[in-house]
Amino acid sequence: MSLESTPRAQAGSLRWAVKDTLVMAQRNLLAIVRIPTALVFLFIQPVMFVLLFRYVFGGSIRVPTGDYVNYLLPGILVQTTLFGAVGTAIGLAEDLQRGLIERFHALPMARMAVLAGRTVSDLMRNVVVVVVISLVGFAVGFRPRGTVLSYVAACLLMLLFAYCLSWGFAYVGLAAPNSETAQAISFPLVFPLSFASSVFVDPSKLPGWLQGFATYQPVSQAASAVRGLMLGHPVGPNIEATVLWSLGAIAVLGPLATARYRRAT
Amino acid sequence: MSELAVEALNIVHTFKDGNVRALDDVTLRVPSGEVFGLLGPNGSGKTTMVRILSTILAPTSGSARVNGFDVRHQPQDVRRNIGLAGQYATVDENLTGFENLRMIGRLNHLETSYVIARARELLGEFGLTDAAQRLTKTYSGGMRRRLDLAAALVANPPLLFLDEPTTGLDPQSRQDLWGIIEGLVEGGTTVLLTTQYLEEADRLARQLVVLDHGRIIAEGTSRELKTRLGNTVLELHFASIADAERGAGVISALAPTPLTAEGTVLEVTVDNGPRLAAEALRRLDAAGIAVAGLSLREPSLDDVFLNLTGHKTDDSASEEPTPHGRRARRVRSRA
Repeated sequence: MSLESTPRAQAGSLRWAVKDTLVMAQRNLLAIVRIPTALVFLFIQPVMFVLLFRYVFGGSIRVPTGDYVNYLLPGILVQTTLFGAVGTAIGLAEDLQRGLIERFHALPMARMAVLAGRTVSDLMRNVVVVVVISLVGFAVGFRPRGTVLSYVAACLLMLLFAYCLSWGFAYVGLAAPNSETAQAISFPLVFPLSFASSVFVDPSKLPGWLQGFATYQPVSQAASAVRGLMLGHPVGPNIEATVLWSLGAIAVLGPLATARYRRAT
Repeated sequence: MSELAVEALNIVHTFKDGNVRALDDVTLRVPSGEVFGLLGPNGSGKTTMVRILSTILAPTSGSARVNGFDVRHQPQDVRRNIGLAGQYATVDENLTGFENLRMIGRLNHLETSYVIARARELLGEFGLTDAAQRLTKTYSGGMRRRLDLAAALVANPPLLFLDEPTTGLDPQSRQDLWGIIEGLVEGGTTVLLTTQYLEEADRLARQLVVLDHGRIIAEGTSRELKTRLGNTVLELHFASIADAERGAGVISALAPTPLTAEGTVLEVTVDNGPRLAAEALRRLDAAGIAVAGLSLREPSLDDVFLNLTGHKTDDSASEEPTPHGRRARRVRSRA
């Protein structure tokens, strides 16, 4: 068998870029399904958070929406996509460490498909996360009072926010020397963003020095926007702020991650 | 297609802002249809050369053509003509053997039906059919190397880069891989092989280049190099260090190549081992030095390096076992 007789499929370069991206995305999704710890991290942990805050802490937390479970669920959804983005950093760092990215670079594939595939598989994963956590929420008494349309809008807004986040964590993964470091760098980023926020509590009840950060940081904006849309409350400028944070993040972090990726090998 | 599968001219590659010269003016001409060996210790620049030729890394200066395509300006054409496999066996652990090959086939932009048939064919050829549906994280080292090699072959590239394909493998897996590589070359594939093992280069490669610190320090056919470097290592054991030191004086007059001494053991690389051994024993006896033991063995890469450069391989303290199972030793004195 020689090179000449090997059947190569024909397509334009843009179609190849899309196909290569999907091949990479499929590979990443298979990895999530096959690594039990990734599944636990992705689904069991948020469910535990739902149960913990719904039944253990929730009774002692006062929130403006009245029912705590209604306050909690939209926040948990945003938090879960944020935690999930850490997987992006770890996955890319692992690929780099194991030499897989080098191997991909010696193939006649679209170079950007590695990063694009990673962020696309994150997006698909987040779609599943949104559905699963919503269902768990409904089971424990989450009763959104907004319209179906506004619920869908809330989910789309969250997915946009999460997609932009994954570019930031892609940068972390590519900059870290190994997957352990990627994880170690990610947690100090993720923790204050998810806990010093409007995800679990009303920021106006926090100590004064923390209120400003907890109110205006991107995760809080996203949580408040998603919550407002799902519950049918007035959301004020939260939606615009979330969109701006998202576009700003991708405008800055996207090129950073891309540049890092080009230098990584 | 040109006669030369690889033509690399004056390749220089520097790391860390120019402070480390991984490759220093290396020129390679690899003829089509044979195995070409790049021999050298860790850190000699072998892997950097392969990374440049497979378009992973751009050279700091110099130019290279692979099957007629320029690595800098026609990288996608180069990538369609090469396969890359090596010591790190970069298979995706979370995919099965079959899925790994299918992924590589798709990323090579081959037709789907062909990819599936080719993946099955390769898994069969490499004895992986039974393991095809298992995740590769459960594979043994030898199985991973074979899968890695199979992945490099999915698109039937005319040129194969094998970067230390057998480093760290057990002797049986090494033999298996050698057989596979020989089969490929019979089928017309050109192979650029890097190795730390003289035995491997000798067995597989027609032509060899020896790299040290990013420079070519010797080149030629395996036979030419052996003739130059000696075929055998003569090892002499003495009862005491004093005897060994006196013995070194006697032997160095006999042997054309440098001598190593470690404790009570002397080593020297020679062309005609048995004849020199007899002569050495005669002279030592005449000088009244008792020999406690004597052995003849195949030269290792360390021995080759000692002869070419006067020093042993720099990281000779590395824990990696050589095919002979002996750890390289530091030279304490040189006659």
